[in-house]
Amino acid sequence: MYAFEYHKPSSVEDAVAALSGKDDPKIVAGGMTLLPTMKQRLAAPSDLIDLGGIAKLVGVREDGGALAVGAMTTHAAVAGNDLVKSRIPALANLAEGIGDPQVRNRGTIGGSVANADPAADYPAGLVGLGATVVTNKREIAADDFFTGLFETALEEDELITSVRFPVPQKAAYAKFANPASRYAIVGVFVAQTDGGIRVAVTGAKGSVFRVAEMEQALSGNFSADAVAGIKVPADEMNGDLHASAEYRAHLVTVMAKRAVAAVG
Amino acid sequence: MPSLSMTINGKQVTKDVDPNTLLVQFLRENLSLTGTHVGCDTSQCGACVVHVNGKSVKSCTMLAVQAEGSDVTTIEGLAQGDELHPMQAAFREHHGLQCGFCTPGMVMSAVDLLQNNPDPSETEIREWLEGNICRCTGYHNIVKAIQAAASEMRR
Ligand SMILES: Cc1cc2nc3c(=O)[nH]c(=O)nc-3n(C[C@H](O)[C@H](O)[C@H](O)COP(=O)(O)OP(=O)(O)OC[C@H]3O[C@@H](n4cnc5c(N)ncnc54)[C@H](O)[C@@H]3O)c2cc1C
Ligand code: FES
Ligand code: FES
Repeated sequence: MYAFEYHKPSSVEDAVAALSGKDDPKIVAGGMTLLPTMKQRLAAPSDLIDLGGIAKLVGVREDGGALAVGAMTTHAAVAGNDLVKSRIPALANLAEGIGDPQVRNRGTIGGSVANADPAADYPAGLVGLGATVVTNKREIAADDFFTGLFETALEEDELITSVRFPVPQKAAYAKFANPASRYAIVGVFVAQTDGGIRVAVTGAKGSVFRVAEMEQALSGNFSADAVAGIKVPADEMNGDLHASAEYRAHLVTVMAKRAVAAVG
Repeated sequence: MPSLSMTINGKQVTKDVDPNTLLVQFLRENLSLTGTHVGCDTSQCGACVVHVNGKSVKSCTMLAVQAEGSDVTTIEGLAQGDELHPMQAAFREHHGLQCGFCTPGMVMSAVDLLQNNPDPSETEIREWLEGNICRCTGYHNIVKAIQAAASEMRR
């Protein structure tokens, strides 16, 4: 790993200040993605700004009809949180299915969302629930946040402080996991929300996406049969050694059926 | 070089380290605690698992400076003098190891499991070991050892 300067601010303001005027600063949260890339010398930030000293960024609280999850809340903490388990059990489930226990003990929602890995689980949860990403500067709807492969709407000096999830009537997440890493080969999040039915897919393309045709079909008839005949085209799907584009396209329908069945 | 303090296996430690030192390097190279192993560079094998503030983490994927002020337990901190921790004793009794390379991480991970869930089912044990890879045993005796340790520790 190349050398860098280490900073551990104790407030969001100090973190933002620490980001400015540096060559190539990077935020570190759980480090579960950033540190492996630095170890392999694929990233060489000049400065690391560790958010681990900002107590305000940790925890879950009620916020109107929504749950606000602090950016530094670990996957294990979300999975084990009583509010999340009682109000949005599908989200607790999603967090519980990320990686392995040690990844869940360090990895954070803010890090996962900022990283926007095409195979990450949280993007499906955020878009599926119609969540809002809250930063030090503004609020961004999840639908507008994930802009491409490892690309988000975040600006250079912007950091995620929390994610606000409206509580759905019902929801479920079904993932076909990579057997080695547990990342999603395809994951589908289905929710009945105040704004209608939402179907969000991760793992299949460069970035999370919604399937309008499935959402419409489910609005008329909320059953696994309603989506069973809906196929998504394989053209833009990811293909790799784990699964071909055609197989991923097939899995989108299968996992959507399973998620709908799990919603009940 | 920043000065770093933490409690390791009950002892207060203060050393100067470069910020780019991983926790596992700090343990092995600066403190000669070589029981914690490194088996991969992709954060997947779990040979490096230690406890930080009571929770199992991969020490290869954490900077030593991120553990500032923490309470760290490594495999060396489990036994009480000559008396093995019940998890270590169970791994020995039930042949939960062959070459032993994965064992420190397996044991540390398993101890954390029982802290969360004192009576895990076989499925729960296997799911918990998602982040610990063993090239030798086929896991069967590891699972048996953890079940045995769990019933021993519940007594
Ligand atoms: C073995 C293994 C298995 C995994 N399996 C899965 C899986 O099944 N599903 C899954 O979804 N993920 C998986 N992951 C990834 C894991 O969830 C990571 O925790 C996550 O992607 C990154 O979170 P982090 O807190 O570790 O972020 P870091 O690695 O610290 O940071 C990641 C990126 O986000 C930026 N960042 C972090 N926090 C913020 C913030 N608050 N605001 C702005 N930018 C920020 C950093 O600068 C960096 O670019 C796995 C990882 C490993 C090592
Ligand atoms: S050395 Fe393989 S996970 Fe840490
Ligand atoms: S005993 Fe050899 S790797 Fe597990």
